[in-house]
Amino acid sequence: MKRHLISAADLSRDEAVLILDTAAELASVAGRPIRKLPTLRGMTVVNLFYEDSTRTRTSFEAAAKRLSADVINFSARGSSVAKGESLKDTALTLEAMGADAVVIRHSASGAAHRLAGWVTGSVVNAGDGTHEHPTQALLDAFTIRQCLGAPGSQAGSPAGSPGPAPARRGHGLDGVRVTIVGDVLHSRVARSNVLLLSTLGAEVTLVAPPTLMPYAVETWPCRAGYDLDSELPKTDVVMMLRVQQERMTAAYFPSVREYRRRYGLDAGRMALLPGHAIVMHPGPMNRGVEIAAEVADSPRSTVVAQVANGVTVRMAVLYLMLGGAGAAS
Amino acid sequence: MRAMRPEHELKRTAASAGKAANAGKAASAGKTVLTPEEIRRALSRIAHEILERTHGGEGVVLLGIPTRGVHLARRLAARIGEFEGAPVPCGSLDVTMHRDDLRLRPARALQRTEVPPEGVDGKTVVLVDDVLFSGRTIRAALDALNDLGRPRAVQLAVLVDRGHRELPIRADYVGKNLPTAYREVVRVLLTETDGEDSVLLGERDR
Repeated sequence: MKRHLISAADLSRDEAVLILDTAAELASVAGRPIRKLPTLRGMTVVNLFYEDSTRTRTSFEAAAKRLSADVINFSARGSSVAKGESLKDTALTLEAMGADAVVIRHSASGAAHRLAGWVTGSVVNAGDGTHEHPTQALLDAFTIRQCLGAPGSQAGSPAGSPGPAPARRGHGLDGVRVTIVGDVLHSRVARSNVLLLSTLGAEVTLVAPPTLMPYAVETWPCRAGYDLDSELPKTDVVMMLRVQQERMTAAYFPSVREYRRRYGLDAGRMALLPGHAIVMHPGPMNRGVEIAAEVADSPRSTVVAQVANGVTVRMAVLYLMLGGAGAAS
Repeated sequence: MRAMRPEHELKRTAASAGKAANAGKAASAGKTVLTPEEIRRALSRIAHEILERTHGGEGVVLLGIPTRGVHLARRLAARIGEFEGAPVPCGSLDVTMHRDDLRLRPARALQRTEVPPEGVDGKTVVLVDDVLFSGRTIRAALDALNDLGRPRAVQLAVLVDRGHRELPIRADYVGKNLPTAYREVVRVLLTETDGEDSVLLGERDR
């Protein structure tokens, strides 16, 4: 495994499959009486969060702790950053404290990449601006593989009923049709997912209002369209994105109601999906905007499974980055 | 990815605890020290010994250490089932996360851990592995087992004991005691993984 995880594009297919397989084995730890492995004992993982986050930060914290690493949580609020300390100075401070890995979330795209040049430890990108969020893509890929299974076994069941895991070991997501819907322009989750899922062999389609479709999307390894209803019947996985009001500096659509009518997933639209299809959302959800409450709470929704899988996938990433030789020194 | 190595290679290098990094390339052919018939007889004897020592296999759980230990455990369970008419629970125990030599080489892929539904609490767990060498794998297995529950007793069955222990660990059931030089390499081949049954003793390629 490479020293840093900055972009989903850094991962080859073999590396991505290895992470998913490792996560599949680590999933059993959650069901044991002692939910802890000694593997990263004595190592320090710093959570450096310049943006608010609940699930990603706690997920990384739980993952590091289950591997017996020490965790230092650092959030911009209530720290020297509030006094104007730069990212580089903060990084050097953490470096001096002996961080083996830094998990960074930052509102500026490229922050993780810059940080990787300043510290000797490993850097894991936990979301940088509108750029990437690779561990979210990994946990989404893991959830898809868990729910839909290997190619050929498409008899798959809706969320939360993992079948015999060994059959899926070593498999990618070949032929799985994934539709990503919504605010693609501001979504680091969408960007990482397109890169990772296409590496794993899935066919990805982006659906968004023209104003929320990124520039030069035709160069991405996916299809793009504007009509949700025509895509739904031929999709195995539909991934709804949050409308990121906080990043919107202009009027991208006339009103929330119009957005919901054309791109929101409600019970009527969900009925267009094939029987085995699942509904994903990276969270936090805007219920009543991009996803209706009855869809979010339906058995097809994998939102809760995604959170549980987040811990095991992040354990796998930390283990593969820090567990072996080379990373520690 | 560097971590992806053939499993038998991992096994061999792991046993030598990083002292010989290229041990896996091992074995210029080597001479046969156990034939398929001898392996079959050794496993039958071990199965009988397990039954004797545990009073008919009462409360016994077999846990194989991947990769070849798992296949040996399955064979032992089948033998015991034949002899006694009652099946013995059988599973696998991956010890990777508990190894003491993890930081000496790139992170490696994990193997399956499958504990039978009965669990291990209060049972007599028999760990099964192919070769007993430094004892470090078994030390890791004891730690891994500790996280799964509290067995009444833990015993160890190995197909080959080649000596050179680095820890105070011994086997309860041994298929063959094989005196070796430290630089020699023992390779266990099983039908399930290698297409044939045999144990080879060779020189390590340098």
